[in-house]
Amino acid sequence: MDKSKLTNFYTSLYKIRRVEEEISKVYATDKIKSPVHLSIGQEAISVGVCEALLPQDVVFGTYRGHALYLAKGGNLNEMIAELYGKATGSNAGKGGSMHLIDTNAGVMGQSAVVGTTIPQAVGYAYAQKYLKTKRIVVSFFGDGAIEEGVFHESINFAAVKKLPIIFICENNFYAIHTHHQQRQANLNIWEKAKSYGAPSERIEGNDIFKIYERVRETVDSLRKGSEGPFFFECMTYRWKEHVGPGEDFHLGYRTEEERKPWMENDQLLKVAQLINPTTRKKIEDQIEKEIKEAFEFAEKSPFPKDSALFTDVFK
Amino acid sequence: MRNIAYTEAILEATNQLMQKDPNVIVFGLDVDDPKAIQGTTKGLPAKFGSERVFGTPLSEDAMTGAAVGMALAGLRPIHIHIRMDFMLLAMNQLVNIAAKSHYMYGGRVNIPLVVRSMIGKSWGQGAQHSQSLYSFFMHVPGLKVVAPTTPYDAKGCLIEAVKDNNPVIYVEHRILHFQKGYVPQKMYTVGPGKARITSPGKDITLVGISNMQLECQHAKFYLEQVGVEAEVIDPIWLSPLDIATIVESVKKTGRLIVVDNDWVTCGASSEIVAAVIERLPGKSIAVKRMGFAQVTCPPTPALENLFYPNGITIAQAAYDLIEGKKTNWAPTPKDHLQEIEFRGPF
Repeated sequence: MDKSKLTNFYTSLYKIRRVEEEISKVYATDKIKSPVHLSIGQEAISVGVCEALLPQDVVFGTYRGHALYLAKGGNLNEMIAELYGKATGSNAGKGGSMHLIDTNAGVMGQSAVVGTTIPQAVGYAYAQKYLKTKRIVVSFFGDGAIEEGVFHESINFAAVKKLPIIFICENNFYAIHTHHQQRQANLNIWEKAKSYGAPSERIEGNDIFKIYERVRETVDSLRKGSEGPFFFECMTYRWKEHVGPGEDFHLGYRTEEERKPWMENDQLLKVAQLINPTTRKKIEDQIEKEIKEAFEFAEKSPFPKDSALFTDVFK
Repeated sequence: MRNIAYTEAILEATNQLMQKDPNVIVFGLDVDDPKAIQGTTKGLPAKFGSERVFGTPLSEDAMTGAAVGMALAGLRPIHIHIRMDFMLLAMNQLVNIAAKSHYMYGGRVNIPLVVRSMIGKSWGQGAQHSQSLYSFFMHVPGLKVVAPTTPYDAKGCLIEAVKDNNPVIYVEHRILHFQKGYVPQKMYTVGPGKARITSPGKDITLVGISNMQLECQHAKFYLEQVGVEAEVIDPIWLSPLDIATIVESVKKTGRLIVVDNDWVTCGASSEIVAAVIERLPGKSIAVKRMGFAQVTCPPTPALENLFYPNGITIAQAAYDLIEGKKTNWAPTPKDHLQEIEFRGPF
């Protein structure tokens, strides 16, 4: 792994973790006018995948989308302003945390309804093939989305049309509070994808290096003209509650013991150990500065004007 | 004057749109099969290729989402459903994404998408081949809805819908497919926000939506038997709706019947009647809504005939409204005003 890549990994992982920690701190003040579904613990997937992409490539995500938005290069000031409901937000205050978008960075949309952006990613990929661009599309979703009919319809169509798309399933074992075992009889999600004719595999251990390596190889081959789609089931774990900044072990649906190995396997710390302390400090200082500025930007920004209620219904 | 069928008008519009803009693509179940959606996609695959015109897997939900994704990427998709009932499988993508994206994403993206669908009637279409769900879509901000009646409007509205930068639900009635009428060869548009007075009159305003526009025309002729001059209006675009034209007419006639090709409850007829009353405060006007019987559509002709309003029942209702009582008047039926018979199986 070359040093600059490692630096990028750390920058992105650190940024996402620290942004969400700051969101958690501020959340109690009610300045954030939006439910937040934190990515803490799952950052490695967004970072590993997005580091293998080019800026012009496009991603579609879910309501747990802070990590994806930032990993793909989404504007931090606009993100925090959006959480604050400000006019300067990524969605002009009309989307909130669950629908972050940054068209300049190729973050094309995130949805609160499980599985909903999967077919949009497929359609976007169809357009890339039709328009003969070399762009690659990546669709992110969770293990719960596999239970939605639209996932099966979408991957089938992508396979029929051999589209330049990579499906990334972030399997964190839980749909809100219900375990995978209570929801699916065959727990090998990648096998279901494979049955549609998409080369599919599972990546264990939330392993950023493995994720990056496999996705980069796939991206390279797609870029050279191989036919898609491809599917990766990335095993991971959500550290925080489903929605909100807190812990949820008191609910009794999972235990701290279950989370422990995932925290010990923290990819942020793993990558940190591979970077010399001087470089690390530089990265951290820079990001702390950016985060401070982003929250200040959000604080100072105005709320949308009354007239904005009726704008952008139609173009 | 060149008269062509409604289906030919749609095909001609599609051909012209595709020739003009390589980003226009057409897909849906069976669009490339030998029947070519009643001929409305006939010859398109050979002319424009299978990447631009293709039949899809039976996946209405995903294909609607894919259409949204294509639109996000700069294409202008036309997604076709051979029955409007099938759109119920696509509601999440239409209501949660297509309608909301421009607003929810702060104006950063827009969805230039046209969804064509057909309402069935007669020859046993029954429960799931006969529904007009356009009031569902009228309810949701961010969607436009159009239900053209004539071949002229079928062509002009389709060109307008494809040029529009927003999602447009384009609703055809299977019976209207057989209508012939004047259609210019050149490209032209029939845009939202302008209803058409299809027959002038002074005694009562009849608003007929989709196929019920024809039935209102029939009713107008029947009403002539008792010296009543009905003014008939075709809203054409249901969302955005040109309520002003209807209000102006009702100011003159003082009476309004909205005849919908749908159930009355929470339907377009309810919306139009309420919007007119709101705009005429203090004015005493007589109103009535007509539409499907509030039951599931039965396939047997014995019951199906009772399910729909027709020229005679509309004329009777209009006469009773004018007289202010139930009159038991019935017009003499005229054969040439009977509906074009639709023979199955499709």
